[in-house]
Amino acid sequence: MIRVSEHGERIPLTIAGSDPEKGTITLIVQGMGKSTRELNLKEAGESIHDIVGPLGTPSHIENFGTAVSIGGGVGTAIAYPTAVALKEAGNYVITINGARTKELVILEDEMRAVSDEAYITTDDGSYGFHGFVTQKLQELIDSGKAINYVLAIGPIPMMKAVAEVTRPYGIPTVVSLNPVMVDGTGMCGGCRVTVDNEIRFACVDGPEFDAHKVDFKNLSDRNRMYLQEEQQSVEAFSHKCRLGQHQ
Amino acid sequence: MTTKERLAIPRQPMPAQDPNERAHNFNEVNLGYTPELAQKEAMRCIQCKDPICIKGCPVNIKIDKFIKLIAEGNFLGAAKKIKEDNILPAICGRVCPQEDQCEKVCILTKKYTPVAIGNLERFAADYEREHGEIELPEVKPPTGRKVAVIGSGPAGLSCANDLARLGHSVTVFEALHELGGVLMYGIPEFRLPKDIVKAEIEGMKKIGVKFVTNTVVGRSVTIDELMGEEFFDAVFIGVGAGLPWFMGIPGENLIGVYSANEFLTRVNLMQSYTFPENDTPVFDCKGKNVAVFGGGNTAMDAVRTAKRLGAEHAYIVYRRSEAEMPARAEEIHNAKEEGIEFLLLMNPIEFIGNDQQWLTGVKCLRMELGEPDESGRRKPVPVKGSEFVLPVDMAVISIGNGSNPLIKQTTPEIEVSKRDTIVVDINSMATSKENVYAGGDIVTGGATVILAMGAGRTAAKAIHEKLTGQAPNFEEW
Ligand SMILES: Cc1cc2nc3c(=O)[nH]c(=O)nc-3n(C[C@H](O)[C@H](O)[C@H](O)COP(=O)(O)OP(=O)(O)OC[C@H]3O[C@@H](n4cnc5c(N)ncnc54)[C@H](O)[C@@H]3O)c2cc1C
Ligand code: SF4
Ligand code: FES
Repeated sequence: MIRVSEHGERIPLTIAGSDPEKGTITLIVQGMGKSTRELNLKEAGESIHDIVGPLGTPSHIENFGTAVSIGGGVGTAIAYPTAVALKEAGNYVITINGARTKELVILEDEMRAVSDEAYITTDDGSYGFHGFVTQKLQELIDSGKAINYVLAIGPIPMMKAVAEVTRPYGIPTVVSLNPVMVDGTGMCGGCRVTVDNEIRFACVDGPEFDAHKVDFKNLSDRNRMYLQEEQQSVEAFSHKCRLGQHQ
Repeated sequence: MTTKERLAIPRQPMPAQDPNERAHNFNEVNLGYTPELAQKEAMRCIQCKDPICIKGCPVNIKIDKFIKLIAEGNFLGAAKKIKEDNILPAICGRVCPQEDQCEKVCILTKKYTPVAIGNLERFAADYEREHGEIELPEVKPPTGRKVAVIGSGPAGLSCANDLARLGHSVTVFEALHELGGVLMYGIPEFRLPKDIVKAEIEGMKKIGVKFVTNTVVGRSVTIDELMGEEFFDAVFIGVGAGLPWFMGIPGENLIGVYSANEFLTRVNLMQSYTFPENDTPVFDCKGKNVAVFGGGNTAMDAVRTAKRLGAEHAYIVYRRSEAEMPARAEEIHNAKEEGIEFLLLMNPIEFIGNDQQWLTGVKCLRMELGEPDESGRRKPVPVKGSEFVLPVDMAVISIGNGSNPLIKQTTPEIEVSKRDTIVVDINSMATSKENVYAGGDIVTGGATVILAMGAGRTAAKAIHEKLTGQAPNFEEW
């Protein structure tokens, strides 16, 4: 959880890597809303106002056998450390990284380095497999590969689609949810998601949940709550940047 | 002055902002007594030989003595007297439920109206702060012992303060980026100005208490690590009642349904009422209908906040009658003055939304009071066929909090109850784990500021005894 500046919001970001010796952590951030754009404007040596973590329940990693790690867009940044951990635990690791188009493919080399099989998919076919990550996944299943575990991290429609692909085969599938958060400590309930018809707090119980039990519709509805305000914030911020006031 | 003359003085009302004005701003509602008003009110106290009010106070403030000092015009002396037993009088004078404590038992209550003990407490503390006369308390020589305090709410603050004064090296770990717990993120500015809380915390820094924000114990670091690698000799857990309850009725996850904790945290801690100056948004209440479910202080704070954010109708929806409401009487009174509409004996059964999943209304049942339940309060039972839909755009659920599971998950040796509250020995606040103590809402479930503070002090005393073999004497302070 970080807060970029004194007047900033608290935003959850996934730790993509860490080096205890140097005392560093790695965050991979796509500038989408105001806070992430502001963060990306920071130069080396500048500082972030507040940072707290790690929060949430750590990913459950074991040797499942064959594990598929699927990342969509910046979700790849979160899928990457999990892929590393799955590999270290002895899994046969297959990674599928989806992006809209070639320019948006990230961490390609890193993913290849930890994967026994690595696939890239682009929606427009400009690079790798032409199509969605789910089509690639279906292809793998159809080819008769025994898959024991699937992890999917990315936009909600992608995670939902992955859940639907694996459901008929009963393949254990985990998704990492990204509801709106405020405190990140379990105090506000703003991050509540519906899993197996029960309320769960993503910041404490999650962010990873059984994909076959998640109510994705409710999550995407609730994530729309502040769309208008986010827009307003981004516009005000872009305006300030144009005026060169963001320092 | 004779007793008769004293009894002839009417209770002095608390000067307050005009209700119509204050319903649109976040400035403090109550303005505080002037020295003249305070002295006049203090004269009403008949100085009982056996001051029963002291027994009504959870921390046994020497009420008769401090009131006498005010009557004599020795306001700084009065503040000092209160602080022997209560380190946060400016806060407690504002938020304690006096009508259930000291003022309930005041000898004048039966025949007349009670002495305004809370208002006087607040006056003395404010006078001291505003006249720049807060002396730093005496600090005992260092003991060489280290104590970690988890959580910076009233329980943690009072424990840390006492231990620091006894010469221990104290570090407070707080999960959020601001210190103060509910005093900062829960209770709104219009009831408890944040500068007062900050001033108290600054005072503690001056006597050597170290504060570390952005540290979630149980995640960033565990209690075992604190006591192992970090060499803390003892730990006090004051993490509050964190986890908001929901009602478990259909539609609770529609867009526009908040827990009180989320709504108040957005507005108080993240200052969303200044959006977009501050980045955190909150539902735009302007011209909208807002319903808050519950009858406690939190519910009152939420509904009055919604009104201040411009709500057209701001409702309290409560299952029982007003007599059963746990909120402070003053807040209920103030809320009514500000135009809050009370829908009593009414129970929500379903939230209704539009096709975009935004909340549009709440289906309610009317209730009537039946037989008393275990708590002695008459139990509300539904009236058949009384269903109706109240149109609302935003809802806030304020029916209480459970316990945050973090500590329990990472330190399983600490015994917890069925409700996940931490089990302690009430005389020492010791938990089942050696040298680990706990107090405040994490032990009692949602309670009060003064009970949390009292628990902090009890624990500080026990920790001091455990670490040094000597009982502290707070009387000397
Ligand atoms: C809106 C509202 C209004 C209220 N009004 C009144 C009133 O008028 N009068 C009254 O007497 N009482 C009132 N109360 C109740 C009162 O505030 C509480 O009883 C009191 O604050 C409890 O104190 P505490 O120290 O136990 O916990 P809290 O004040 O809850 O503080 C706990 C602190 O611990 C931190 N924390 C939690 N978990 C961790 C962790 N794992 N690691 C580190 N830090 C952690 C939290 O962030 C928080 O800062 C109100 C409560 C609310 C919510
Ligand atoms: S009980 Fe009332 S009148 Fe008696 S000492 Fe206390 S405040 Fe004064
Ligand atoms: S973000 Fe507040 S409870 Fe999860």
